[in-house]
Amino acid sequence: MQQRRELDQVYTNRKLLNGQLDTPKWWAPTVSILGVIVLLGLIVIAIMINKGLGVTGLSRPVYWGLFITTFVFWVGISHAGIMISAILRLTQAEWRRPVTRAAELLTVFSLLTALVFPLIHAGRPWRIAYWIMPYDVARGIYPNIRSPLIMDPVAISTYLIGSSLFLYIALLPDLGNLRDRTAGWKNAMYTVLALGWRGNPRQWKMQTVGGILLSALMLPIFVSVHSIVSWDFAIAAAVEGWHSTIFAPYFVIGAVHSGVSAVVTMMALMRWLWKWDDFIRPEHFDALARPLIVVATGWLGFTFLELTFALYGQDAPEIALREMQMFEWPWNLLFIIFFLTAYAIPVPMWLFKRVRTNIALMFWTSILVNIGMWLERFLIIVPGLARRTPFVYTWEAYRPSAVEWTIFIWSFAWVTFLMLLFSKFFPLVPLFEQKESQVFTDDVMIGRAKVPAIVREAD
Amino acid sequence: MTTAAFGTHNWGMVVDVDKCIGCNACVVACQAENNIPINTQDRVERARSIAWIRVERYWIGDFPDAKAQFIPIMCQHCENAPCEPVCPVYATYHDAEGMNIQVYNRCVGTRYCANGCPYIVRFFNYWEPVWPESLRNHLNPDVTVRSRGIMEKCSFCVHRIRRVARGARSAGVEIADGAIQTACSSACPTSALNFGNFNDPNSKVSKMRDDKRHYTLLDQFGTDPNVIYLAKIDANKKVGAGEASSHG
Ligand code: SF4
Ligand code: SF4
Repeated sequence: MQQRRELDQVYTNRKLLNGQLDTPKWWAPTVSILGVIVLLGLIVIAIMINKGLGVTGLSRPVYWGLFITTFVFWVGISHAGIMISAILRLTQAEWRRPVTRAAELLTVFSLLTALVFPLIHAGRPWRIAYWIMPYDVARGIYPNIRSPLIMDPVAISTYLIGSSLFLYIALLPDLGNLRDRTAGWKNAMYTVLALGWRGNPRQWKMQTVGGILLSALMLPIFVSVHSIVSWDFAIAAAVEGWHSTIFAPYFVIGAVHSGVSAVVTMMALMRWLWKWDDFIRPEHFDALARPLIVVATGWLGFTFLELTFALYGQDAPEIALREMQMFEWPWNLLFIIFFLTAYAIPVPMWLFKRVRTNIALMFWTSILVNIGMWLERFLIIVPGLARRTPFVYTWEAYRPSAVEWTIFIWSFAWVTFLMLLFSKFFPLVPLFEQKESQVFTDDVMIGRAKVPAIVREAD
Repeated sequence: MTTAAFGTHNWGMVVDVDKCIGCNACVVACQAENNIPINTQDRVERARSIAWIRVERYWIGDFPDAKAQFIPIMCQHCENAPCEPVCPVYATYHDAEGMNIQVYNRCVGTRYCANGCPYIVRFFNYWEPVWPESLRNHLNPDVTVRSRGIMEKCSFCVHRIRRVARGARSAGVEIADGAIQTACSSACPTSALNFGNFNDPNSKVSKMRDDKRHYTLLDQFGTDPNVIYLAKIDANKKVGAGEASSHG
């Protein structure tokens, strides 16, 4: 099956820059609708900060709810970007080229969104600026670095800075390209942003080395970020569903599962919206879905361990918690949906190549995975708190309020909004990568079949 | 060896569960002493009521042979408190006198400490506290009124401790055993709640602590509380110490 067309440079430029050089018809209405939702969300956030957290559905034992779940969810999504970009860049996987930019973007924007949640979730957000933000030795006010809530912002902002740099370095050649194709204020903007990119050999070399170095640096950070997020829960010795030593790898692998799925969703959308059938091809979906099967199954193993650990120790409170989580209304319903969507439906489907190369099916299964992975975080966080503690005084369930749901929806609108805004000014598929890969690929004859192959010069 | 110098005491509470009759006088006393907002029906239903001390009731046996048992629970002022290391701003910390301190001014309201505490004795102010006009002038001037968005919990009536300690220091005398009473312990009609200095081997609480009925709540978490419980005596049942703790 030959999916790759011979693409000439002019066609590539025109197609991949169609977001910037001329605007697709759907763009303005979609962005306006999203803009309204974003605005609405911001108003609700403002109301919440003004009125107090009483407007949420949180109660006494369930002090953390939808917001923290959504925070963990977005941090999880952010993992795919670096995972795909860095690992594939380091291993020189050719097929990565069209998907790297979108994946990195997803990292940056979902991190920006994730960071909002712990802030607005605090009782007095305005105080955070005072006590934590300036790490102020002069005043003698130290934050408590033993607290994962201090490690979190440190890890996440490191990740955010690193991935923004990574994104920017990869953007440079395209910025130069755009500068040469625009006029007026846009030209001025691209001129500044392109940092004098001329595309001479020295610049190319530095750009490549920079990308590789950042990839290598980002990988440990990528592992650390979700480990630290998992410690938010794992160190709470007294909360049965939280206190677990396997949380760090469990969360990291879960994050890769949900993050890569989100990239799949995004790729399908990009292919449809900008009609990039020539660039984002079924083989890319195939290439992403194969490792996903492995990752998802590894993640399933962790989930299984996590749910059954209590049986080894015969720890009664934890067994009680697991029973509640899996078999008691309404948790059991959520649990079934979680299991079906996060693993049981999508992963067996991915075993078939027909599914893996079917864009629509990949789109829907990847959405299922993220529904499931959101529920997974919810099912870890909330039942852990709503469990029946030895003290009857505090038994209470949790029902998220309309305010919480609005802010939850806001976060999705916000990420999409940022993406679309970005697409107006910057190419979502890296042009230079695309062209580079066109130079590298060639058709070789094996017997009588024509097979696409990667041709590289030996170093 | 009680001295007025700061840091030489180890304040603690001994709760004789056998004496508790479940009258809730301590709850009301604490509520009044510490400017705790009124727990309206709405707040109770939303599980947002605040009670620094509460009396838990357990039914033992089946009707009609059911018996109620009570156990008052407040912050255990753990020596190894799970609520402390998780606070990002040091709003809760352990002081040199065995107390777990909550600094309202520092608190940003992450509620992480409340998740960490196994006794669920930390409370969050979901709303700005309000009192009816008639109660405004009844607020205790020694105790901060907590605004919305911060955590609060039993302070061992720290303002009372400080007041007596200050007086003792300026008079150059030592704090006598029993000179400091918390609001709950002074309200308790049966002396189930006893407050004192564990560092003084001759204090009342130190002696009570040596009773063989003593236990601490949720021992398995290793929190090492400064609140010691004395187990209920059940005349009909042969049980050792720790009956009430076995519900854990
Ligand atoms: S009882 Fe709870 S709030 Fe009090 S010191 Fe222990 S962990 Fe902290
Ligand atoms: S010691 Fe004071 S603050 Fe603590 S429960 Fe008793 S009355 Fe309330």
